[in-house]
Amino acid sequence: MNPDGSSVSPAIEARGVAFHAGGRSILQNVDMAVAAGEIVTLIGPNGSGKTTLIRILLDVLKPDSGEVIRRPGLTVGYVPQKVAIDPALPLTVGRFLRLGGKAGDSDVAAVLAEVGLPAVAGRMLAGLSGGEFQRVLLGRALLRRPDLLILDEPTQGVDVGGQLDLYALIARVRRQRGCAILLVSHDLHLVMAATDRVICLNGHVCCHGHPEAVTGDPAYIALFGPRAAELAVYSHDHDHGHDLGGRVLGDREHPHHPHPHHAPPHRHDAA
Amino acid sequence: MIEDFVLRALIGGLGVALVAGPLGCFIVWRRMAYFGDSVAHSAVLGVALGIALGIDLGVGILIVCVLFALMLALLQHQHRLATDTLLGILSHTALAIGMVAVGLMDWLRVDLLGYLFGDVLSVTWADIGRIWGGGAVALAVLGFIWRPLLSMTVHEEMARAEGTPVAAIRVVFMLLIALVIAVAMKIVGILLITSLLIVPAAAARRFARTPEAMAVGAALIGALAVVGGLAASLNWDTPPGPSVVVVASTLFIVSLALGGLSRTDP
Repeated sequence: MNPDGSSVSPAIEARGVAFHAGGRSILQNVDMAVAAGEIVTLIGPNGSGKTTLIRILLDVLKPDSGEVIRRPGLTVGYVPQKVAIDPALPLTVGRFLRLGGKAGDSDVAAVLAEVGLPAVAGRMLAGLSGGEFQRVLLGRALLRRPDLLILDEPTQGVDVGGQLDLYALIARVRRQRGCAILLVSHDLHLVMAATDRVICLNGHVCCHGHPEAVTGDPAYIALFGPRAAELAVYSHDHDHGHDLGGRVLGDREHPHHPHPHHAPPHRHDAA
Repeated sequence: MIEDFVLRALIGGLGVALVAGPLGCFIVWRRMAYFGDSVAHSAVLGVALGIALGIDLGVGILIVCVLFALMLALLQHQHRLATDTLLGILSHTALAIGMVAVGLMDWLRVDLLGYLFGDVLSVTWADIGRIWGGGAVALAVLGFIWRPLLSMTVHEEMARAEGTPVAAIRVVFMLLIALVIAVAMKIVGILLITSLLIVPAAAARRFARTPEAMAVGAALIGALAVVGGLAASLNWDTPPGPSVVVVASTLFIVSLALGGLSRTDP
């Protein structure tokens, strides 16, 4: 796969997508695309139609007008926003991962190692922490060998240190697998550094482009307030996070030790 | 020497327990206990329909349960009323209309208590054929849809994104509930049938590490409740259907105590 997304045809593309529900317009004339090897982040306030757009891209909802063009043979991995599994349903991590499709024990072990959770396949799902659970969800999506990974608020319920770990992991997945990645987020400050392009949504695409450009855009400032511009460009370089990623993986073997030191010192400026 | 009617009661009850356990697990996992209750309540309407049309009451019950389940499946897509409010309205309305309709046919002596609480000691071989036949079909279909149903129970949207035909499987599952309720009514009756679906499943939870183990455990606990309940009923001359439910609930409480002692999973 070509990591340089700009020169290849997009993995997925929305053209003029509109959607109404209950007499209210949710999305109007949305154009967007994600190419292989590219991380695109969808931001927007609550109710701006982010999740609706995701559902349309996933082919779970049909747009009222406009179209979604998927590259032929495209496999999509999806990490949903909220997964509340009834505590009465006994599931091990390994079984949960295998529910998504046909995967052997070795595939499960490999993907768990990839998301930094080796040796949890036999543990009960209900016993995982928020951060561990998000990684398992990512692992289930990765088991499908996706060309496009869609993550809806992947850091929900994860502490700040864990969020940085997750974004580092997502960056590594992109590097190693070269898949297209679409993130939905509203934690602006963390996501801005982890993304190639930002699409700012509020029913329609308000502005889009590189994070630095978007945060200076009047539409962005109008939507998130003037302070967001100073907050947002948080240039912690995740590509230099190799060491960080490595140490994080090491720490995962002692999950009871919190590791606030992994959060860079300037996170308080951003928060 | 075991009497013939006791033997029939036992075989019929065990047949219901074996299918109610695995199906009940999904009702627990998917939080559909109230749905099961509503479908069961509509069965009285089926009795009335059966009498009015002069057809087999079991067929009348099955028709009404299936139609009611399909109607609920459709109505769940509306968002004006919370689903549990809607279920509450429909379930008791169906029960009340059924009672009124049966009451109007006063030329008939219908044993309503038998429908409400079961009449396991009068189970015929034809009933048993219906229970085991219907149960076998239900188990076979459940086995066939097991994996996609489990996947969408864990997360519906994720399952849908992975290509599971969610809507079709949901309808099939609701039809299975209707089928099992229709054939199981004779054993514990309309008002108690949901308990035979969910109590053994809940009791099995503490001892299971996989969904399948919980399903098998629920079937076994249900079978134990049937044997214990019938024995108690014969010994102390208590009503058999409620006795089965009391034993099942006792087993559930025991499972809580045992599970509390030997908790392995976090």
